[in-house]
Amino acid sequence: MISETVEILLVEDNAADLELALHALRKNKVANTIHIARDGEEALQFLFRQGPYSGRDATLPKVVLLDLKLPKVDGLEVLKVIREDERTKCIPVVALTSSKEQKDILASYKLGVNSYIQKPVDFEQFQQAIQQLGLYWVVVNQVPFAV
Amino acid sequence: MLTDRPSSITAKLTWMNMLVSAAALLLACAAFATYEVISVRQNMVRALSIQAQIIGFNSASALLFDDPRSAGNTLAALKAAPDLIDAEIFTASGELFVAYPHRPGERHLPLRWVAGGQTEAHWFNGRTLVLQRQIVFGGKPAGTVLIRTDLRQLNKRLKADAVIAGIVLAACMAAVLLMSSFLRRTISEPVVRLAEMARIISHQKDYSVRIAAIPSRDELGVLMESFNEMLAQIQVRDGALLQAHNELEGRVEERTVQLMGANRELEAFSYSVSHDLRAPLRQISGFAKILSDEYEAQIDVAGQRYLKLIQEGARNMGRLIDDLINMGRIGRQELFQKPTDLNDLLQFVLNDLQTEIEARSINLRLGALPVVECDPGLIKQVFANLLSNAVKYTRYQEHPVIEVGQSRQNGQNTDAEETVFFVRDNGAGFDQKYENKLFGVFQRLHRAEEFEGTGVGLATVRRIIQNHGGRIWAKGEIGKGATFYFTLKPGGHGVGNTGMPLMQEVNHDI
Repeated sequence: MISETVEILLVEDNAADLELALHALRKNKVANTIHIARDGEEALQFLFRQGPYSGRDATLPKVVLLDLKLPKVDGLEVLKVIREDERTKCIPVVALTSSKEQKDILASYKLGVNSYIQKPVDFEQFQQAIQQLGLYWVVVNQVPFAV
Repeated sequence: MLTDRPSSITAKLTWMNMLVSAAALLLACAAFATYEVISVRQNMVRALSIQAQIIGFNSASALLFDDPRSAGNTLAALKAAPDLIDAEIFTASGELFVAYPHRPGERHLPLRWVAGGQTEAHWFNGRTLVLQRQIVFGGKPAGTVLIRTDLRQLNKRLKADAVIAGIVLAACMAAVLLMSSFLRRTISEPVVRLAEMARIISHQKDYSVRIAAIPSRDELGVLMESFNEMLAQIQVRDGALLQAHNELEGRVEERTVQLMGANRELEAFSYSVSHDLRAPLRQISGFAKILSDEYEAQIDVAGQRYLKLIQEGARNMGRLIDDLINMGRIGRQELFQKPTDLNDLLQFVLNDLQTEIEARSINLRLGALPVVECDPGLIKQVFANLLSNAVKYTRYQEHPVIEVGQSRQNGQNTDAEETVFFVRDNGAGFDQKYENKLFGVFQRLHRAEEFEGTGVGLATVRRIIQNHGGRIWAKGEIGKGATFYFTLKPGGHGVGNTGMPLMQEVNHDI
């Protein structure tokens, strides 16, 4: 897995939500390679090849699906670090979260999020959302660096 | 010092004393002088009359015997009289008989005609007094004696009197001035002090000062004591007021802190509700869906139905959470009011409901609505809620009619007119006795199988209306329909009440 090209970095702490998201992504065959980080710290370590990821090659994911409510380093902080670092500045980040609070949406956009999606309670809608955003960010969208 | 403004009462007192004293003295002097003049003149006339009688008596025989020398001798005796100017004796026929001092060729005093029966007359002539007396001998008039005397002595005396009076007056004034300095100490100075104190207090608002050394137990002393007492009372009251004010301030601050804390907690609560309550629901819905999709073969029809019910329950709860959070947010949210054309707002809402309205051929009757000052986003929610309710509750009505309009009515507690908006339907209606339950959270008058809903919508509507300062109420009858009335501002609103927008700046992008 470490040497493979990662298409999606999925940052999600809730195991059940993670399973549902993976189910939806795999069912729609959106991505072949998905890396999972269970908190903000791990997500940053993966992106910057630190700690357990120090041996990883230098490729970056096509998109980061980021939950906002995360243990250790929360989603907004992760977003801030990504946007502040020259190496990761251009990675598309999609906030995929339960919150529909205006202040979260505003804070995310101010930090340069590319998209903000509230996870719908209804699984069918959730599946549709995952499918659409996967198709768009992984297949349709062009990124400025080679994957 | 007498013209010093703060001590003008001193000046007034001094002037008053001096004027009163001077007036009294002048009056006394005038009376005294008048009396003096009168009595001195009377004395002079009496003395002159006696002299005239003596001369008459002594010169009667000389007149009889036509002996002017003898008469001249008699007149010469007048030399001793100090102020005498001259004297003449006339014969009975009115011719000059003899004169003293003898100045030949000189014009002498003329005789005056004297009324019948009178033997004597006198008159003052400038600086002289003239006395004329008939000389009678043997019962017959024998001639007339005329004496003129100088009044210089009298005038000199009067002048001396005037000088004395002037000295006395000046001495009195000096005494009055001296006395007024004493008066100042006892009357005007305390009054001036009192006035100065009052001025300082009203300027500096310092009620802790007191008048020291109250001079006497007279009215002024009482006034000063009362003044001190009043100051003490004001100070006590001020202290109490300040304490009460501080206490209140403290309490307000405390409450504000508590309220802010409560608000923060509420915010955190609603945030975690919106975030954390949704996750398990999504899982329930999600895994139920996966089960029913991917394990279809292993689950029988009843099991499939239960899985559907699980998903439906989760969906409903999701809606409920959204509605509750929305209502909570509206309660805390500030109003962003601007002039809004309610007709436009209504059209936006109707566009969303268009499909169902057309499908069920609902008869829509729209009255012209005014342009009002309100939060368009929130009032749109009000119309959306009331209209979707109307659409929902006319579902089983064969000829559904929904009416939206306004009317002018007298206000609740005033005679002023206000605009009342209404949304009327001929749907399922409700029992009027449950009207108060309509607007409560989670209060429903219909079973969920009959009409779906969370029981939050009308509670949210009421909160929006209340935040605008308006009222909402409803009238209904089971099976006949319901009408919801609401106002937007107590006592009506002033932007306009016609269907045409009165203001150019009407916002359409709601």
